[in-house]
This record gives sequence, structure tokens and C-alpha cells, in this order.
Amino acid sequence: MDSKNSSNEKVIGVVGVGSFGTAIANMLAEKNKVIVYARKPEVVNEINSTNTAQGKNLNPTILATNEPKDICDRCDILFFMIPSSGFLEVVKTFAPFLFPYHLIIHGTKGLSLNLKPGETLDTVKRLNRNQILTMSEVILQETVAVRVGCLAGPNLSKELIQGQPAATVIASKYNEVILEGQRLLRSEKFQVYGNSDIIGVELSGVLKNIIAIAAGALAGLGLGENAKGLLISRGMVEMVHLSNALGGSVKSVFGLAGIGDLVTTCNSVDSRNYTVGYRLAKGESLEEILASMDEVAEGINTVRIIKAFLETTGLRAPITENLYKVLFEDLEIEEALQFLMKYPFSVDVDFV
Amino acid sequence: MEEKYIKHRYEPILPSKEEWPVVKLARERKEFVKKVADLAENRILKQTGNNPEILKEELETTLYREKLRIKQNPWVVDPDDEGEFWGEVKSSLLHISSEEKKTSRFEGYKAVLNKITNRYAEEIASNFKATHYKFTRSVVTYGFSRLLNAARVKGIKSIFSNQYTLQDKIQITGETDQIRDLATKGTIVMVPTHFSNLDSILIGWIISVLGLPPFIYGAGLNLFNISIFAYFMNALGAYKVDRRKKNLMYLETLKTYSKEAIQFGCHSLFFPGGTRSRSGTIESRLKLGLLSTAIEAQRANYQAGNNEISGKIFIVPVTINYHFVLEAPSLIRDHLSSTGQERYYKENDEFSTSYKISKFLVKFFTKGSDISVSIGKAMDVLGNYVDQDGRTIDKNGRQIHTRDYFMSDGVVTVDQQREEEYTNMLGKRIVEEFHKINRVFSSHLVSFTAFEMIKRKNQKLDLFELLRLPEEDLIISYEEFKQECQNVLNAIFELKSQNLIKTAPHMNRDIEEIISHGMDNVGMYHAKRPLVKDSLGNITTQDMSLLYFYHNRLTGYGLEKLFK
Repeated sequence: MDSKNSSNEKVIGVVGVGSFGTAIANMLAEKNKVIVYARKPEVVNEINSTNTAQGKNLNPTILATNEPKDICDRCDILFFMIPSSGFLEVVKTFAPFLFPYHLIIHGTKGLSLNLKPGETLDTVKRLNRNQILTMSEVILQETVAVRVGCLAGPNLSKELIQGQPAATVIASKYNEVILEGQRLLRSEKFQVYGNSDIIGVELSGVLKNIIAIAAGALAGLGLGENAKGLLISRGMVEMVHLSNALGGSVKSVFGLAGIGDLVTTCNSVDSRNYTVGYRLAKGESLEEILASMDEVAEGINTVRIIKAFLETTGLRAPITENLYKVLFEDLEIEEALQFLMKYPFSVDVDFV
Repeated sequence: MEEKYIKHRYEPILPSKEEWPVVKLARERKEFVKKVADLAENRILKQTGNNPEILKEELETTLYREKLRIKQNPWVVDPDDEGEFWGEVKSSLLHISSEEKKTSRFEGYKAVLNKITNRYAEEIASNFKATHYKFTRSVVTYGFSRLLNAARVKGIKSIFSNQYTLQDKIQITGETDQIRDLATKGTIVMVPTHFSNLDSILIGWIISVLGLPPFIYGAGLNLFNISIFAYFMNALGAYKVDRRKKNLMYLETLKTYSKEAIQFGCHSLFFPGGTRSRSGTIESRLKLGLLSTAIEAQRANYQAGNNEISGKIFIVPVTINYHFVLEAPSLIRDHLSSTGQERYYKENDEFSTSYKISKFLVKFFTKGSDISVSIGKAMDVLGNYVDQDGRTIDKNGRQIHTRDYFMSDGVVTVDQQREEEYTNMLGKRIVEEFHKINRVFSSHLVSFTAFEMIKRKNQKLDLFELLRLPEEDLIISYEEFKQECQNVLNAIFELKSQNLIKTAPHMNRDIEEIISHGMDNVGMYHAKRPLVKDSLGNITTQDMSLLYFYHNRLTGYGLEKLFK
């Protein structure tokens, strides 16, 4: 068996056709041939026959497949655009068909756990760093691909689909991944920045979801812009400390994937995380909210993981800790807010 | 049950020395040196962007540093004409800078650069002579086993006894067949841990016991100051690494030499820790400079279309395990006084004269302190295991091609930044493998346990305060000690069952026996012993820093958690 020989035209693969995956596939299709992978055969049929993916328009040049081998054989570069809940499973499905020549860029904001068989977050209770995996770490652990990058930033799919101007960050330890990502995605309406701190960028995208829940809660309580400014600023400080403890650089939190995405998400009524916070503040319980959502808001999972991580570090993260109590220990949201207002944060900025 | 170790001497894989890569290289030494010098020149020109001004600056920096070195830190091995050479460089540079035309200035600087890389390449290149090699090998083997037998079998006549061979003293375990196999197929880069200056000779001997042709090896130039070592080193195919020279031109020439030699097919040996482990821990941060040359050579082979196994480079980690490291007192002193920063240290330790070395060797062979060497599984340059035929196998047992790591758009490409990352990855993999193949001795167990117990009793103290504790605070009751040793031992066996560590056969004995074996052996020839029993039968130490040194051998496994 020999490695593939790509004398024919280069094809870019996109795995996953959720709203973000569709948006990215369309952007890629402006300059390149694109194949998308969808797990369900009916979605593949829909794309190949009507050029729509679950009702969203797709560029007519895009073809779909549900064979991991097919897309891996034909593409050197793959974009993994799948929700974090299914990420590990999809990566495992693809692993047998991936080789060291593949470049993988993912756009998933979430954390995965690296536990022994039989263990769950409920049984271990405390997590140390090597029990937590970012999505790029999942790829590195499960596959032989090493040239891995991530895509993060304020990228609401709805606006991308409308063609509004936006920007993103591609983070990778490998310059070639960043350059390739920029070459493929950059357009008049889409700016692409590079960052070598992939862990920091991934963590920024993940941690901001916690703050987004809190932002929704403030809005639900009917609080105004002063409170939001306070939350974003203190939230950012918390992100800096957490990201640092998990191996990210402080700098990345100040970038597009950190503060950029944070501001966007904290103002976006479309965000699932924001909605969870909003409805909590309106008096609904977490069970009720989850029951009516078709996809889990990632921030809830992140709050649990970070809470367990805090147990093994000496770190305090007041927003996350109080949010945890609200979500899982029936603390009233007003009480949590009171607690935060009294919390002795005396120093404004203590990390630069 | 006693574990088997290699007792026989292997047949040489290449019987005729004419076929040894290092002999071939020695035959072409002159052309090879020139090639290295020219390639190094090109690399430096590329790095300076072919800009005469930047090149000039680099030349001036090098000149300045070299003059400073000659003045401040001269060594016996330094050639006599050094001052003269750099004086010439200086006057050439002055002369060139007065040239009007930019192009002729550039040509002038290039000529000076070539002169420098040529000098460095000549200095680095090894002086291997097959006759010296054979002589040294027999001296080492014969001499050592005579000493050994004299000590073990009583009576003066026993000096001619053959009851004990060196292989009883130095146990070789691990993937010995694989390394022999692969050495006939591709090129081996062996990466051992480094605790003692003895390691170089030891490894040289092991390579010959395994029937492998001599490896080339980057030895610290300081070792060539000592005549007995210089002879050994040259005989073992060593090339010279001068750690005083940190200028771009020297480093590039050195890397080029290493890369070209690997591509030439010479099996190589790097101590990836750079120098001996000062703290006694298994190396966790590797010096990546020379390691990167293995990756570069592999990529260059693929680039040249050499996709066959003959062009494949195999990384073989090796750990050397001692009960006793002669230089421990000065190593740990160095470690403790260098506050985490790499600084210049004076090479003035137990190995400073031929006399001291000989004295040590006699001691070593006449008293019973065993050494074991474990040969790890071979890996490709990305840290994937390879099978007996040298094929790369991924975590799921699927065959993959190392070449694919260097491909983009279907062709092998050069990307320096990518290769830097690969070097980091390989470094991490080697450290992981070191921990896996590390063999725990009784002496490691007792010193680790004793130190951790003292630390636990004094939780508020930092390391330096711990090391200054008064004698009366250093006493541990034997019963407690035994209990804790058992706990640590259990944890070690648990790690062993997950293939995360190895143990010496004596670790299967009864705990009391292990403890007394460990106590007898740990740092046995130091004037102050790291562990002793006092008159009441309790455990104590005469030298806390040394105890710390031997304890460090078991750090990095999370065993400290047992003492929380």
C-alpha cells in the first residue's frame, strides 16, 4: 500500500453538516472542490440531490458521502465540524482511514474526558489536567494525524451564511496548517488570523461558554449594560486564570477566540448557552430547559468539568463555582449574584 | 525467579570491518569533512538570508566569542594555532569591510565563512582507526574481566580465571535482537540516559558485545583533555562536541556533521540529555539539537527518493541503571547550586585525571555493584514503534509510512518549523520510553522511600531547608520504613503490570532482603553514605543531598502521592 498521490485536483473535506459545518463548507467551496461527510444516508441523499443540508443551502458544487474512507482517501485536508458530544466517536470512526499526511482543522468548542474504562465524571469527582482533553488532543490521541489545527472566534453561523463580514483564528503548532487554513478560507468578507497557541485558543472558545451562561442569566434577571460590562471583564479574568492553569497562554484570551468570541456570545440571544442562563433566571429548572433543547449547551458540560478540575488545583474561579451551584446544587441565581458582588476581588487586573 | 540477561557474546552482524560504515567514513574522511563544511556554509548563508551585512555581523560575533573563549577558558586539547587562526579572520574581516563593491564584500565574507566551517568540521570529525578500536575493545574486555575475577574468585591465580565475565557484572536486557536486526537493515540512532562519564565506555562495550559495528558518537571535547579518555573516544568513533562554542557557525557545522553521518549510514549515539543528569532524575527535558539531525536526515533520505528500509532511521532508547554513580556528590552539588539556570560549570570532578579513573575502575570491578542496561524498543523518528522488519506500526497495529509525516500535496517537503515540532514530539516520546524501560534497583527503592519519609515529616520545609536538617531529624524507624518500602514496591509492581517501568530480578525477593540489598548498595563507595543503619537499627543518612540524588531516580512516576 502506498500513500496517495494527489496529482488530480485538490479536494477539501468537511466532516459534519451542522450549521457551522455548512457555513464553512460553503466558504471553502468558493475557491475549492469540497466533499462533505454526513453520517445519515438521507442527509447525503438530500445534499447530492437538492443541494441542501437539513434545509440549509449548500453550494451546488459540493458533493456528499457517508463513507469515512472515501473522504479520507480523496482529501489531504479535512475540517472536522461536529458537536463536541459526538466528537470522540467520529474521530474514532475516522482513525483507521487517517494517515500522517492528513491535515486536520476542527471547529468544535468543547472538552472531552480521558478516563479509565468504567470511570465517569460522577465517580472520579476530581480531574487533573491529563484527564481533560481538548479536541485537538482527542485527535492526537486517537489518530496518527499530527498536523492538527483549530478554528475559533466569533463566528455565528447565521451571520456567516448571510455573508456578513467576520474573522476567525486558525491555531496550530504547525505554520503550514495555519497558512493552508488561511489560503483556503480567506476572502473579502472573511479575515483569518493565525495563532501558534492551539491549546490557549481552544480553551478560550470553551471557557467563554461558561461566561455566556452567566450573561444569559443577567439578562434574564433584567439587569442592564453595567452588569454585562462587569461580567465580561471579570469573566475574562477568570478565563485567563483557568486557561493558564490548563496550559494555554494568557495572550490568546485577549485574541479573537477569547475576548472576541466572548463579547459576541454574551450578546447573542441565539446562543444555546446564553439561552440556558436566560431561562434559568426566568425560573425554569435545568431539567426543564434541557428537556426542551435538542442539543446540550456545551457550557453546562464545561462548568462540570472545570469544577472538577478546580478540586485538584488551588485555584478559585468564583463565576464558574457559583454557576455550578446554581446549575447542580439549587442555589438561587439571586444569591449567587449577591455572593459575587461581595466576593473580595480587590484587584482589577492581576495577570499582566 | 531470576530474569534472564544476555550472557553470550553475539556474532558480529558485519564480520568484515571493511563493511563497517564508520570504517568507510574514516576512509573518506577528507571528502566528508569538506562536504560537511560546504553544506554548513550553505545552511548559514540561508539563515542569514544571503545578506552580506547580517553575515558580517555573525562573523564578528563568532570572532568575538572565540577570542573571549581562548582567553578565558583554554583547554589542553585546544590546538596551538587557534590564536593565529582567529587573528587571520580578524584581519580578513577588516580588509573586506574596506572593499567598495557589495558583491565582492559578500564573496569575501563567504570565503571567511568557508574557512571557519572547514576548521570546525575538521575539528569535529572523528579519528576512527579500526586497529585502535580492536585494541581498545580487547583491552576493555580482557582487563575488566581479569579485575573482576581477581576480586570474586579468591587468590592471586584467579586473575587468570574465567569464572566471571563482564556480562555478569553488567547485565544487558531488552530488545537486543531487534536492534541487531535493524542495524543490518537501516541506520540506528541510540539514545541512552546519562548519569556517569563511565557511560560512554560502557555503551561502547555493549555495542561490541551485541555484535554491532562501532557507532559514532558526539563526545564532549572536555573528555579529550584526559589522555586515557581521548584514546578510548577516538577508538570508539567519537566525534567532538565543544560545549564552549555556542556560535551559529559551530552549531550548524556540528548539526550538519551529525546529519550527514547518519545519512552516510553510520549508526550514531546521542546522549539526548546533553550532559550527565545533574539531579539524578531520568532526563525529562532533552537537548533537541542533535536529535533534530536524525529527523532531518530521515527527511533528506525520503527527499532523495530513498524510501527503502536502507534509508530508514531507527531511534533506540537505552537506560543505564546504577546503584552507584561515582560523580554523584559533585553532580548534585552542581544541580543544587545552579538555581534552575544553565550556567557554566567547571569540569573538575572525580573523572579529572587518568589516575582517579583507574582507581575507580579497580574499585568498581573488585566490589559488587552491578549495572544493568536496558535496550528499548526501536522507534521511527516520530516516536512510533517499528516491527522486526523496521516497518512503522501505529497505536492500533496498522502499518503506516514515516514518509507521510513529511508530505504535503503528495510530495516530500522541507519545513523547518514542522521538523522543530517533530523534534519536540520525538523528545517527549524518548522520555516516555526511558521511564518505561527504566529498571528499578533496590537502592532506588530505599533511597526514594527514605527521602520521601523525611520530607513528609517536614512538610513545611522547602528542598533547601530539608537538605540542611540536623542529624537528629533524619532518623526513621526501621519498622515504619519497611512498611513504606513495601507500599512503594507494590506501587512499582502495579506500574510494572501496566508496562510503565521495569524491575531488576532482585526486586522479587523478600522485602527485608530487598532493603538490606538496597542499603548495602546505594552509593556504596561514597565517603558519606546516603543511607545507613544506626546503632539502634534505625535508618538514617550521612548525606542528605546524596540521598536526594538517588531518590530522584524514581521521580516522574507519581509515586510521591503515596506520601501525602
